[in-house]
Amino acid sequence: MRWVRAHLVGIAGMVVLSYMLIPNLVVLVFSFNKPAGNYNYQWQQFSTDAWTNPCGAPGICDSLGLSLRIGFIATVVATILGTMVAFAISRHRFRGRSATNLLIFLPMATPEVVMGSSLLTLFIAMGVAPGTPTILIAHILFCMSFVVVTVKARIASLDPRLEQAAADLFANPMQTFVRVTLPLVAPGIAAGALLAFSLSFDDYIITNFNASPSSITFPMFVWGAAQRGTPVQINVIGSVMFLAALVLVATGQLISNRRNKVAV
Amino acid sequence: MTEKTSGDLRLTGVTKTFETFTAVDQLDLVIPRGSFFALLGPSGCGKTTTLRMVAGLDQPTIGQIWIGNKDITETKAYQRNVNTVFQSYALFPHLSIVDNVAFGLRRRKVPDHRRKAMEALELVQLAHIAAKKPGQLSGGMQQRVALARAIVNRPDVLLLDEPLGALDLKLRRQMQIELKQIQSEVGLTFVHVTHDQEEAMTMADTIAVMNAGKLEQVADPATLYERPTSTFVANFLGQSNLLKASVKSRAGGMADLDVHGLTLRLPVDRLKADTTELWLGVRPEKLRLVGPVGAGDVNGAGRTADNRLTGVVIDASFTGLATNYLVRLPWGQEIMVVQQNDGTRPAARGAQVTLGWAPEHGFALNASQDAHAGAQDQADDSGAG
Amino acid sequence: MVGQLVEGPVTARLPRRARRNYTPYLLLLPGLAWLVVFFVVPMLSLFSQSLQTGNVETGYVMTWNVQTYVDALSRFWPHFVRSLLFAGTATVLALLLAYPLAYFMAQRSGRWKNILLVLVIAPFFTSFLIRTLAWQTILADTGPVVAFARTIHLTDLLQLLHLTSNDSLMNSPFAVIAGLTYNFLPFMILPLYASLERLDHSLIEAAGDLYANPAQTFWKVTWPLSLPGVVGGTLLTFIPAAGDFINARLLGNTKTVMIGQVIDSEFLRVQDYAVAAALSFVLMLIITAMVAVYVRRAGTEELV
Repeated sequence: MRWVRAHLVGIAGMVVLSYMLIPNLVVLVFSFNKPAGNYNYQWQQFSTDAWTNPCGAPGICDSLGLSLRIGFIATVVATILGTMVAFAISRHRFRGRSATNLLIFLPMATPEVVMGSSLLTLFIAMGVAPGTPTILIAHILFCMSFVVVTVKARIASLDPRLEQAAADLFANPMQTFVRVTLPLVAPGIAAGALLAFSLSFDDYIITNFNASPSSITFPMFVWGAAQRGTPVQINVIGSVMFLAALVLVATGQLISNRRNKVAV
Repeated sequence: MTEKTSGDLRLTGVTKTFETFTAVDQLDLVIPRGSFFALLGPSGCGKTTTLRMVAGLDQPTIGQIWIGNKDITETKAYQRNVNTVFQSYALFPHLSIVDNVAFGLRRRKVPDHRRKAMEALELVQLAHIAAKKPGQLSGGMQQRVALARAIVNRPDVLLLDEPLGALDLKLRRQMQIELKQIQSEVGLTFVHVTHDQEEAMTMADTIAVMNAGKLEQVADPATLYERPTSTFVANFLGQSNLLKASVKSRAGGMADLDVHGLTLRLPVDRLKADTTELWLGVRPEKLRLVGPVGAGDVNGAGRTADNRLTGVVIDASFTGLATNYLVRLPWGQEIMVVQQNDGTRPAARGAQVTLGWAPEHGFALNASQDAHAGAQDQADDSGAG
Repeated sequence: MVGQLVEGPVTARLPRRARRNYTPYLLLLPGLAWLVVFFVVPMLSLFSQSLQTGNVETGYVMTWNVQTYVDALSRFWPHFVRSLLFAGTATVLALLLAYPLAYFMAQRSGRWKNILLVLVIAPFFTSFLIRTLAWQTILADTGPVVAFARTIHLTDLLQLLHLTSNDSLMNSPFAVIAGLTYNFLPFMILPLYASLERLDHSLIEAAGDLYANPAQTFWKVTWPLSLPGVVGGTLLTFIPAAGDFINARLLGNTKTVMIGQVIDSEFLRVQDYAVAAALSFVLMLIITAMVAVYVRRAGTEELV
C-alpha cells in the first residue's frame, strides 16, 4: 500500500497514458478483424486480409494519395511563409508588431467550422469552384499560424551572442544567417513543418467545406465510410500511420539527444 | 614599427549614452600594440560597453576608434580585424570544435584553414578533441577553444570579456598563467576586461581602472598599487588605510603632516605644490607591529621606520600566510594591518600595539574625494577620520 | 607613453540616426498577404453575410438585417450552451488527467522521459477520425468495456447524471465528452509538460524543508509556477472543443447536437447562409471574449 502511495503520481500518469493509447491499440487489433457486416465494431475472426490488400476498398488509396500530395505542398508553402513571418516578428521592431501577433493568433482561435465556412463564402463570391486548389489554400492558411508559433519559440531560445560571435569572426549578416542562425533554428522549422503536415493530413471540417466530389481526401473518405460502412483497410492505414509516427518521433528524439549530449 | 602610434589601439573622446544614462564618458585611451592591457572596474563601470564598441558590436554615440592610422569607428563588426573571446564562450553548438576554430578563417577565405585551426588548437593543448562538439566539453575546455577560435585569426586586437569568470579558482589561476604565456608567444595586443583586480594585476602590463564610465587611472600594476591617484583606485585595488591629514610644514624632501594631533611624515614629491588637506594613505602590509623606537627599528630596506601610531587590537585573524589585524586608533578610526607570518608571535585581541611604517610607503590623495569609493565591501566602520 | 591624451583634433560627431530597415516588411509580406486575403476578407464577408437576406436561389441582398441574429440565437441558444458546457467539461477533465501525466514525465520519469514523450506525441499524428471511430468500438454495447461498467454500476451512476442514453454508453453525452477529452488531451499535456519541465526541483525540496506537506507544496509552489502551461493547455483545448462537431456527430445522438454541427448543417444542408454566418460570428465572439477575460485574469502577457 505504501508503494502505491509513493508512486501515486506515476500510476495516475500511466493510467492516463493508457487511456490515450487504447484507441490506437483497438485500431491495430481490429485491423486483423474480418467483420460480418459493413461495420467493424465487433470482433469476428482473425484475418490478415486487409493487410495483404490495403487498397482493397474502392477509393481509399486515391484519397490517401490526394491527402499526401496536398499535405506535402501545404507543408512546404506554410513552412516557408510561416518561417519568414516568425523571423520578422522575432528579430525586428516594426510598427504594427502587436497587431501582426494578433492576426497570427486569430486563425488558431477560430473554430474550424467558422474558418471553413467563411472560406467557402469567399470562393463562392469570387466564382471559384471548390476543389483541390481551394483545399490547398485553406490548408496553407491554418497551418501557417502553427508554424509561426513553433518557429518563434525556437528563435526565442537562440542565444543572441552566437550571432554576435559570428559577426566578430568576420561573417557578414547573410553568412551569419546561413551558417549560424538557420542551422540552429532548423529543428524548430522541422517541428513546425511536421505539425503543419499532420494538421493538413488530418483535417476534415475545413476540407469538407472547400472540397468537391472529385477531390476526396483521406479524412473525407473515412467520414463517408463512417456513414456507409467502415472497411478494415481503414484500420490498416491507421495502424501504419501510428507506427510511422512512432518511428518518426522516436528518430527525432534520438537526433536531438545526440546533438545535446554532454560528456563527463 | 617606426611610427610610435602605428598599430596602437586608440579611443578618442568615445562616449556611449543610452536613453537614461551614460555608460562611457569621453574616454581617451591608447593601448600600445603587442601589450597585455586590462580594463578593470566594478560592474556597471562601462568596461564591457567599451569592449563591445572596440569589437564593433555597439556604436559609440560620439568619438572615434583607431587602429594605427585607420579610423574603424564606422566599420561593422565583421569588417574589423578585431576578435573577441566572449564571457559565455559563445561556441557554435552545431559545429565541431575544429569547425568552430576555423570559422573566421573560412569567412575570410584563408587558404589551408584546417591546418591553421589545428595549430591553434595545439597552442591551447586541445588538438585531441577537434572532432567533438562544444556540448561535450567542460567549461575550462570551452574557454580554451574560444581563445583558439579568436587567436587563429591573428587580429590586430584580441578582446577578452571576463573569460575566466565561470572557472573555479584553481583552473582560473592556471588559465591566467597560460593566457600570459600565449600572449607573449603570439605577440598580439590583448585587451582583457575584468572586475577581478588580482587577475588584472597578475596578467596585465598596463591596467586602466574605470569607474562610472570614466578612467580613474592608467598605469602598470605596481604604480597603480603603490601610487594610486584616487581613493577609488586606492580602495579598489587591495585595501588602503586613509587618514585625514593637513600639511604643517615641508623641509628637505619631507613634509610634516598633522594627523589628529600626531605628526607623521611623507615625502614632499607625493604632494602637489598647493596641497593643504589630504588623505594620507598607507597599505596594510606596510604597517609593522613595533616596540618603542630603538635599535631594532631599521626595516629590511635599511630605512628607518619613522612614522608611529598606537592603537588597540580589535580583531586578529590568522590566515596561514599572514595575520590580519583590525586596530582601533585613539580617535576611533579602525585600520587594517597585515603582518606576514614570519614566526613572530601575533598580538592578541585587546592588546595595546604600536605600528610603524616608512614614510616612503605612504601616498597622498585628494581630500575632497570619498574615502570609501571603490571599497569592495562597504562594511560600516567608524568612518575615516 | 601609456595613458597620454592623444594629440590632434578630437572631432565630436552627432549621434547616429538609425537606418530605415525594410527587411521585416519584406519578410512579412507574403505570409500576411495570405492571411489578409484568405482569412480577414472571408471573415468580413461572413459578417456581412450574416446581415443579408435572401436564399440560395434568389441570391442575397445586404439589408443590415440584425433580426437574423435574434432568430438564430433564439433557436439555437441551447446548442451554444451545450457546446460550451461540453467543451468546458472536457477541458477540466483533460486538465485533471493531463496534470499527473505531465508532472510525472517532467519531474519523475528520468530515463523514460523520451519514450513517454514519443508515446504522447505519436497518437496525435494518426488520423483522429480513425481514433474517434475506435471509440465507437470501445463503447459499443456488446463490448467488454460496457459490460465491465455495468457490473460496477458505473452506468447507473452515469444515468443519474443524465450522461447516458437509454442505458447505453454509446451515442450519449458521456461518449461525446469522453471523445472530446481524449482528442484534445495531447494539447493539454504538451504545454503543461513544457511548463513543468522548467520547474526547478529544488524549489519543491525547499518547500518540504520549510514544513510544507505534499498537498501544500503542490498548491503553493507547483501549481502557481505551472500556470503558464495550464493557461496554454486550457486555451488549446477549449477553443477547438467548443467548435467541434466530429465527436458529437460520431459519438452522440440527436440530443447532443453541438453548435458546430448546427453551423455545418445550416451551411451545407439547409443552406441558410445568413443564419449560419450569424451563428459563426456569435461563436467567435463568445470564444474571443472568454479567452480575453481568461488570459487577463491568468496574467500571461503574450499568448503566441
